[in-house]
Amino acid sequence: MKKQLVIIGGGPAGLAAAVSAYDNGVRDILIIERENNLGGILLQCIHNGFGLHRFGESLTGPEYAQRFIDEVKKRNIEYYTGTTVLNISDKKEITFISATTGLVTIKAKAVILAMGCRERSRGALNIAGSRPAGIYSAGTAQKYINVKGYMPGKRVVILGSGDIGLIMARRLTLEGAKVLAVCEIMPFSSGLKRNIEQCLNDFNIPLYLNHTITEIRGESRVTGVTVSEVDANKKPIPGTEMNFDCDTVLFSVGLIPENELSKSAGIELSPRTKGAVTDENRQTTVDGIFACGNVLHVHDLVDYVSEEASLTGAAAAKYISDKLNSGRKINVACGANVGYVGKR
Amino acid sequence: MYDIAVVGGGITGGAILKELTRYKLKVVLLEKDTDVCMGASKANSGIVHAGFDAKVGSNKAKFNVAGNKMMKKYAKNLGVKYLNNGSLVVAFNEEEKEILKDLVNRGRENGVKGLKIIDAKTLRKMEPNIKDDAVCALYAKTGGIICPYELTIAAIGNAMDNGAELITDFNVTNIVKREDGFDICSEDGKTVSAKIIINAAGAGSGKIAELCGDDSVKIGYRRGEYVLLDRESGDLVSHTLFFTPTEKGKGILVSNTVDGNILIGPTADEIGEKDTSTTAKGLDSVIAKAKTMVKDIPFYNTITSFAGVRTYSADRHDFIIEESKKVKGLINVCGIESPGLTSAPAIAKYVVNELIPQEYRAQRNPDYIEKRKPDYYFNTLSDAKKNQIIKKDASFGRIVCRCEKITEGEIREVIRKNPQAKTVDAVKRRLRAGMGRCQGGFCQPRVAEILSEELGIPLEEVKKSVKGSELLTGRSK
Repeated sequence: MKKQLVIIGGGPAGLAAAVSAYDNGVRDILIIERENNLGGILLQCIHNGFGLHRFGESLTGPEYAQRFIDEVKKRNIEYYTGTTVLNISDKKEITFISATTGLVTIKAKAVILAMGCRERSRGALNIAGSRPAGIYSAGTAQKYINVKGYMPGKRVVILGSGDIGLIMARRLTLEGAKVLAVCEIMPFSSGLKRNIEQCLNDFNIPLYLNHTITEIRGESRVTGVTVSEVDANKKPIPGTEMNFDCDTVLFSVGLIPENELSKSAGIELSPRTKGAVTDENRQTTVDGIFACGNVLHVHDLVDYVSEEASLTGAAAAKYISDKLNSGRKINVACGANVGYVGKR
Repeated sequence: MYDIAVVGGGITGGAILKELTRYKLKVVLLEKDTDVCMGASKANSGIVHAGFDAKVGSNKAKFNVAGNKMMKKYAKNLGVKYLNNGSLVVAFNEEEKEILKDLVNRGRENGVKGLKIIDAKTLRKMEPNIKDDAVCALYAKTGGIICPYELTIAAIGNAMDNGAELITDFNVTNIVKREDGFDICSEDGKTVSAKIIINAAGAGSGKIAELCGDDSVKIGYRRGEYVLLDRESGDLVSHTLFFTPTEKGKGILVSNTVDGNILIGPTADEIGEKDTSTTAKGLDSVIAKAKTMVKDIPFYNTITSFAGVRTYSADRHDFIIEESKKVKGLINVCGIESPGLTSAPAIAKYVVNELIPQEYRAQRNPDYIEKRKPDYYFNTLSDAKKNQIIKKDASFGRIVCRCEKITEGEIREVIRKNPQAKTVDAVKRRLRAGMGRCQGGFCQPRVAEILSEELGIPLEEVKKSVKGSELLTGRSK
């Protein structure tokens, strides 16, 4: 089987890229999504605040996703759900598996990587203590509550004050759990100001800046944690320990682009973003493979993901019609106060 | 009435159980947790030791060397991955070099073949990332690696396929000695009667012996903390690297694993009782020490850290493998610390052939099968074979664990086959679902749902591992 454009991932990035590629003339498109529905992680983000930039209104995650799903369906763009891509070769051969198709390999003229990101786990932080039930990443807890309809715990301490941690503090409170503390190892929260106000301050949930969890206790279920203040080198300061009796710990300690497939294709990754190195067309170091959304670098807002994905879809369309400018490449470096830029 | 009850579902008990099923016997394994392999056998270094380390003439030396020779075939029959990667004991100064020479001599006396001291240049060729100040190393060709829980689960599964029974959640609280055997009573009021008890209860073996009326088994506990790195860093080393042993013990190791990760550890802390918590101090010390062995270890690729507790004989400091001197019919197989994993197949043979009365071996089990189909196999098949399976059962086309690429079909299979996986961690140990880089963040809700469906229990009752480890606390509003 052959396809002009295969898009890996049917979340916000993949959907916007598909719509844009279609509108720029590509008709032979396939979106491959591992979950049973299009929409990606937005489907479990039932809070509002999405779409302020893109649509000038505040939507919930599923509502925001639905706008793009509708556009994809309007254009009759083909998509497979419940289908997991296992490998991409540098020749743009894509191997996927599903219950209906079995194991299949197809060849694409162009590929857009839109696999999103995953959460860093407790293990990555080497936090000491026991390993009982009741330790979740914030996203897993969100899935249990919002999609499955179950509570992961009753008395909760959250480590990390990024937006997911803040949103989950409010969500758990609204569902009747007690959030005892949100701890942040940095001297500031990386979350949006509005989330600090609406998710913590409105519910009197204390935020401990310059604090981290130094021990988790409990044999079968979490029974408590120790939280310590950290010094300028992020080392716990002895004597500052506070104990919380909780049955649940949530980790919201950063997102990492999910680039296992990019690696299988031999794409160069940036150590800074953990996403692919790309040019201004979001084309990776492998000709005809593009990347956009959180698999490229983690974005603050989904609105920016959609914008970036639209540009990528248009660039892939140009590539397919052999009109993409492949002129001389120059390296770009960034100066002070800029985190990173694409390298090529 | 059972002929024999084995208490403790670790590698020692599991290997003995398997060996017993060669004969026409009614045997049962009593395990206090919901899954087998919940003690030292699930959290250790997974090394198939060559046998140069143990004291000449000790049980450890005897069974280590014998077990090492058996392991390749043993693992193959059970469908368990085993890799003969070879071990290196590295010396960083002249003093340590002398100790290596002693080890070679000790190894030869123990009957270990293929030991030699290699110079720095050869060492660097074999392990390019070794630190520059390494002087030389003892190379043990017969050293290997294996996954300890895969081996334990497979041995017990095979024994069950051959007719052994398994009773889980059977926490022994009382044992009554009778004329013709024992009544073994559990915390929740069940009683199992057996003519012979094999005490392979690891951390609980002192207690089991005492309940039988033998107070001679003195157990100590030593905790070891480990750090595990992502497969992405799997080529950091290709042999098991040990520091030169000191009076305090073998020290930490840096090794590849059969699954392609890098394992670093363990610490060795004497503790009062079984406690598998990690400590900041312990993990920091493992990391600091490993850095003196290998260059540029990518600790940013850490997937998890964990601790295991090794139990040892506090007075004899050797394996106890004998019929109790005080209680007839009680066979103690206790204090099986390192190299217990390597020794297990040999210990099992010895226990069944030498310690069980001969009449128990009178009749062979005509249905005995040596082999077991592995739990993890789907990813090793050809595309055509995979498609055949998916055609028959579509659930093999649905990936549940994206990091390790484990399908729904495989998960349902291990919940149904021997020994039944009944918890999220039990599925993880059989298939690695949830053991990859996301540590179950994505797949755990789905694995829990499949368990709930297969076991016919509500989702709130699905456990992570032990009693009281339910994942969820109820419905949302």
